[in-house]
Amino acid sequence: MNFERIIVNALEAGVGVETVVFALAAIGLNVHFGYTGLLNFGQSAFLAMAAYGVGTTVATFDLPLWLGVVFGLTASVVLALLLGIPTLRLRADYLAIVTIAAAEIVRLVFRSVTFEGTFGGSDGRQSFAGDFYAINPYPVGDYGVGSFGFNERALWVLTVGWALVALSCLIVFLLMRSPWGRVVKAIREDEDAVRSLGKNVYSYKLQSLVIGGVLGCLGGFILALARSSIQPDIFGTETTFFAYTVLILGGAARVASPVVGAMIFWVVLSLTDNILGEAVGAGYIPSSVLTASQVGQIRFMLVGLALMLLMIFRPQGIFGDRREIALDAR
Amino acid sequence: MPADPAPKPTDQLTDRPGSEPADRPSREPAEPRGEAGSRRGRRDAAAAALADVPHEPGAPKPDPILVADSIVRQFGGLTAVDVGHLEIQRGAITALIGPNGAGKTTFFNLLTGFDQPDKGTWSFAGKSLSGVAAHRVARLGMVRTFQLTKALSKLTVIENMRLGATGQKGENVFRALFAGIWQTQEDEITERADELLARFKLDTKREDFAGSLSGGQRKLLEMARALMVGPEMVMLDEPMAGVNPALTQSLLGHVKDLREDGMTVLFVEHDMDMVRDISDWVLVMAQGKVIAEGPPDAVMGDQRVIDAYLGSHHDAALTEEDEQKILAEAEEALEKERAEKEEGRS
Repeated sequence: MNFERIIVNALEAGVGVETVVFALAAIGLNVHFGYTGLLNFGQSAFLAMAAYGVGTTVATFDLPLWLGVVFGLTASVVLALLLGIPTLRLRADYLAIVTIAAAEIVRLVFRSVTFEGTFGGSDGRQSFAGDFYAINPYPVGDYGVGSFGFNERALWVLTVGWALVALSCLIVFLLMRSPWGRVVKAIREDEDAVRSLGKNVYSYKLQSLVIGGVLGCLGGFILALARSSIQPDIFGTETTFFAYTVLILGGAARVASPVVGAMIFWVVLSLTDNILGEAVGAGYIPSSVLTASQVGQIRFMLVGLALMLLMIFRPQGIFGDRREIALDAR
Repeated sequence: MPADPAPKPTDQLTDRPGSEPADRPSREPAEPRGEAGSRRGRRDAAAAALADVPHEPGAPKPDPILVADSIVRQFGGLTAVDVGHLEIQRGAITALIGPNGAGKTTFFNLLTGFDQPDKGTWSFAGKSLSGVAAHRVARLGMVRTFQLTKALSKLTVIENMRLGATGQKGENVFRALFAGIWQTQEDEITERADELLARFKLDTKREDFAGSLSGGQRKLLEMARALMVGPEMVMLDEPMAGVNPALTQSLLGHVKDLREDGMTVLFVEHDMDMVRDISDWVLVMAQGKVIAEGPPDAVMGDQRVIDAYLGSHHDAALTEEDEQKILAEAEEALEKERAEKEEGRS
């Protein structure tokens, strides 16, 4: 077994593009679910807004990339308002139903034959990230230590990505220590109590939905730019549920938990994949038990098992406060 | 406020329930208590103001803060609330009593904007509240608490208190990002919150999660938090439910203090001792209607009230003593029933 490759792959996954994308998606969800208590099951739609914002603007309409970013952000805000205005006056469950349905509608519209000319059908859009790599300050080459490293394109994406993660965390930190954050957290605990104290609960929930959606959509930009290619099926419901997993892994309502959660999630996925793959390849696991093509499925089962154990032995997540969980039991 | 603070101890002594039977105006309840008046401050002022008010449902008050007209709320075929005309005297403590299912809490919800009536108008301090959202009602100065206490469990006690303050600059999402804009105001709010916590004896719990408080402490916190809004009128929905007797006395004191601070109080309560002890005026609801109103002792002897609680076919030939006994028993039964319900809920 090649342990060096296993370790290096795991480390690269820990800071890689997927980690950045899911950290950003989970930071948005943290604002929704962790702080405000909004059950948004359509986070993938916000990522899709951003990705298709740049994708269609550049690849279909041949407009500059920055305009695509503006469109992507605008589309996310509009989506949040569309989801929130009819549902946030109702009970919490309605938002969950509407968001999960809306995310599927968004995905199906993007892959529909009718709009193939605009969104590219199931093939999506490609080669729209030229402007982004044109301003890459890193000269051509590999950067890293030993076999751990990235080429100049990946490094550029990761630099921008981690800068966005840092900025998002800063924004969440500043908001949540403020009186605004206090109102939002109070809404999570009991809306009626907050209403009785003269706060416009509806407006705060809408603000939270917009902010979380916009922070989450940043992940969509990074995903699109890193791959220079987008397909509608990336934005299925599993993207949302991975983001939830990442959030709960880290512990909801903590500023850094989405980041650490995303790192752990992708490191563990990489480790199980590589270790199993190597073990099967080296013959430690006989092919009658597990073949190389089955490793991909097995790793998700193992991750699921790890999550179950985490919820049993550490329900508050990595950063959560056990005292808070104990309050729920009262 | 009492003009002369010196005789306060006596005042407190006579205020205690049952300590001096003569204190209970059992014969002519609405009569202003002359010589004691100067020492009793707002309590007597309220009693004096209400002295000439007829003991009839919908009686006009000299200085009403809340006026409601023909408020109807129906749930399907059930008319939960059907109140003709109602006025609440400013600066007085008014109790709203009635058997279970009388529509007291529904009426509360309607007045505070948590529910909208099918028809009717009502105004608070001269401003119409028809169709006004609950948070705007609170901002106008009418703040309520809840029957099932709504402490914000995962916020600390002091954060619960700070939340109550109105007009906070930092509650705007853009200004929230810059602590410099709201920090000074936050410090002032914290100072005010700490004063209230000290008054409600919750200062030792300042940094604890509100969810870790006992039931009675949560009631105290909820009342203190409501005061952070700076209300003109406080609406308490069963402030004594689930509170142990030791805390009851202190809660009673706090409710009386609200009146001394110039606030108007309307509260729903089942505990008749409390009603008798602190209220200046009592409204009785049964089957959605206000069936009687008047000073506590007059109301509790009212035939309509006894009928509402006990049914109209009980033995009519009773002495007043027997009536009191039966009423007390009924209260006890109600109390027990409520306690059981409370237990069932928790």
